[in-house]
Amino acid sequence: MKRLRLTVQLLFTIVTNGYMYGFLEGKIYQGSLKYACVPGLNCYSCPGAIAACPIGALQALLNQQGFQVPFAALGVFFLFGSLLGRFVCGWLCPFGLVQDLLHRIPIFKKKKRLPFHHILKYGKYMVLILLVCVGSMFLFGGYVKSPAFCKYLCPSGTLLGAIPLLGANEALRGQAGSLFVWKLGILIGIVLLSVKVYRPFCQYLCPLGAIYGWFNRFSLVQIHWEEERCVSCSACQRACPVDLSAQEVSRSPECIRCGKCVDACPQKCLHFCGKGVRATER
Amino acid sequence: MDFWKNRKPCAWVWGVLAGAFFLTIGIFQGQFAVVWKKAVMICLECIGIG
Repeated sequence: MKRLRLTVQLLFTIVTNGYMYGFLEGKIYQGSLKYACVPGLNCYSCPGAIAACPIGALQALLNQQGFQVPFAALGVFFLFGSLLGRFVCGWLCPFGLVQDLLHRIPIFKKKKRLPFHHILKYGKYMVLILLVCVGSMFLFGGYVKSPAFCKYLCPSGTLLGAIPLLGANEALRGQAGSLFVWKLGILIGIVLLSVKVYRPFCQYLCPLGAIYGWFNRFSLVQIHWEEERCVSCSACQRACPVDLSAQEVSRSPECIRCGKCVDACPQKCLHFCGKGVRATER
Repeated sequence: MDFWKNRKPCAWVWGVLAGAFFLTIGIFQGQFAVVWKKAVMICLECIGIG
């Protein structure tokens, strides 16, 4: 399962960021595929990105003059969320992959959570409400509204967009100032923290994770727990990178459906299944 | 909030239908053109310049 997930993550990241000409020339893809959104957090200013970022799309719609319900972004969230929930985070998000790889670096004693996790885990909802929604409607840069999350926080934009673009495009490099330094500082902080703590950005700051977390309870893709076969050995919780027990896995908004609990269970009482689809008897 | 607690087994189907409905409204309101316009220009805020 671990190898399969890494393969899917790598393939999906390469396919959705496969515009190689952009990396070479310091430009971005401008074709019609960018009418669509990818499911994960993937900056549309990444030179390789072939589709739009769903959080960027939401902010672009909220940045319009006057208020309009952002139906296009809501549609993307409902569609991916209802089908996959946070499976998107575990299997299809490029920035999630980056954090996974960083966490494999064998230095520091690894931790699943930060201290005060029970409070900090609500940070992603604060980011969603204050930066993505309220910030995008009321923060002005000059006379136009600004996408506050992209501007002040998004590390995916710095890593996948800013660094390759500024590296290849001298004109842009000359314009980088204090805002870039601020965003680079956030990226470095998250990168260093990711080596020690499992996916700190996903657990505490990602607004997309907050949205997909709401869908986890009823999304099509589920991890089913057969309670009657469980011997309460806690092997699943020890394997879980976000420290969830078997009871919590299917309902928790924190579960990213990585499948480590499925692999770890000696009784095979946890398995992937479709919601409303009867689990196969073993 | 009861919707989240007393969910039906196939609530995801309603979610997909709602998603398709929202996408359709978004298409008719021209919202995908807004997204496309933003996505094909280098987003200066995203890269820490704007």
